[in-house]
Formats: sequence, structure tokens, C-alpha cells
Amino acid sequence: MHAAVIVFPGSNCDRDLRVAFEDAGARVSMVWHKDTDLPADVDVVGIPGGFSFGDYLRCGAIAANSPICQAVVAHAGRGGYVLGICNGFQVLTETGLLPGVLLRNAGLKYVCKPARLTVETTDSVFTRGYEAGAEVTFPIAHHDGNYFADEATLDRLDAEDRVAFRYCDNPNGAARDIAGILSENRRVLGMMPHPERMADPIHGNTEGRVLFDTLVSALQPA
Amino acid sequence: MKARVQVMLKAGVLDPQGEAVRHALRQLGFDGIEGVRQGKVVELDLAETDKAKAEAAVTEMCEKLLANTVIESYSIEVS
Repeated sequence: MHAAVIVFPGSNCDRDLRVAFEDAGARVSMVWHKDTDLPADVDVVGIPGGFSFGDYLRCGAIAANSPICQAVVAHAGRGGYVLGICNGFQVLTETGLLPGVLLRNAGLKYVCKPARLTVETTDSVFTRGYEAGAEVTFPIAHHDGNYFADEATLDRLDAEDRVAFRYCDNPNGAARDIAGILSENRRVLGMMPHPERMADPIHGNTEGRVLFDTLVSALQPA
Repeated sequence: MKARVQVMLKAGVLDPQGEAVRHALRQLGFDGIEGVRQGKVVELDLAETDKAKAEAAVTEMCEKLLANTVIESYSIEVS
């Protein structure tokens, strides 16, 4: 199983994401934002957290228009898997691969703390390793994590069981407590919390490891 | 030509920064402010000399990058 982790100027969770994929058994290629192609046999693309392009203009906006993101959009269009975490989620909404947008936190403050979440659906290669309704704790660290979409889009996400994670105690004003959502084909996941920072015993718990283990084993050739 | 693009959050999208500015103004004693919305202005220097073409190009720039039309509206002045 081959994972590509995209690196933008200002990415700062790219190496953590690499380690999480590798610990789960994936082969990982780091791909620079100016590259125009992904490795040919790539199964999943990871878009890491950080502050790509200094959050200039809007979080994720410049990254979403970088050369590599056109390849990522094409990969998703072919049914490829994509995992965007934190700034990666912001990039995915800016590319249009996921609906909605991440606004400034309602409290205006940067929030950096562990966040309790519920696993809202197990119907995805990312979440099927969890019990339905399980509670997990992943760190959050963001200034713009306040998920916003119009009511029709939110209704549709709920009706199609596309909310992957919800906050137990909403830290940022996100609509309907949404912490992570899936694409229509359930192969693109964007989430603000950081499972890769809860994936090794040294992190305090390994609840995030489940996501990577399940993802890597699901995409491993039979 | 010069183009001036104004990007604002759409009506109905909560603007926490505008709200913070409103609270700060009230603390300074400015009464009667019923709402504050904060946006951004982007100024462009363009080689184009045809106004219609410049407007069309800047509109495309807004749609592709300068505004996120899920939450933002934009207006363009070309001169």
C-alpha cells in the first residue's frame, strides 16, 4: 500500500503523518507541492496539517491551486482515496472535493487541546475499525476549524451518513458539531482533529492508530 | 489598468471578527453600532488596457481564487 504525503511550504504535520502511515505498514512518498504528478501506483494521498502558504488569502486557498492539487483532484476523480487533516481539511474544501468551508473559530482564539469526538459512521475505510458511536480523543490545534455549510448541504451530509466525527464539546462553533466529513463516494475524508498525534504509545493513547491500520489494511492488495 | 476587488462574507455567514470589532468599538464608547462586517480588499495592476476584458479576467480570478463563493461575495471596480 503506497501513501503519498503532500508537502507545502508551511506544512508542519507532514512527517507525523508519514510516521503514522509507515507504522501502519504503508510505503510513503513525500511529494512536493510543485510536482505535477503523484507516484503512479499511489493508493491514498495524505494532506497534512500546518499553515500552507502562511494561511494567506484564506486557509488552504493557495495550496488548493498548487500544481500537485490538480493531480490530487484527478486522483480523487478516479476513485482514489484522500485523507486531509486540519489544514488538509481546509485544502480539501477549497479544492471542492469536500463541501463547505472552515471559518474562523467562533471564539476567535486558536484552540490547542485534546478534543473528545464520537465516531459517527463506520461506513468508510477510515472509520470501520471503530465501534459505531465510539468516543475517541484526538488533539485539535487550529484557528479556523468552524465548519460551515448551508442548511441543505448539512441536511444532505446527515442524510447520507457522511459525518465521520462530531465533537462532544464543540470547541469552535462548527455547524452541527462537525469535526470531519466524507465525500459522496466515502473515499475522501477531511477532519480537523489529528489522529496522527494519537497513534503511538508515546502520545498517551493510540486511538488514532486504528484509523491508519484500518485504512492501510483495507487498501493492501489481496 | 487597476482593479480593486472587495471580498465580503455573505449575509447570513457569521463574522466573528466583525463582531469582535463591534464589541471593541462599544467599549470605546461608540454607541449605536448595529453591525460590523469585516472583509478584504485586493488591488491589482493589470497590463490589460480594455476595460471589458479586464473585468472578465478579474471575475475569473475571483471565481477561481480570490473569493470562496461558498461563503464570500465579491465586487470589482476597474479603472
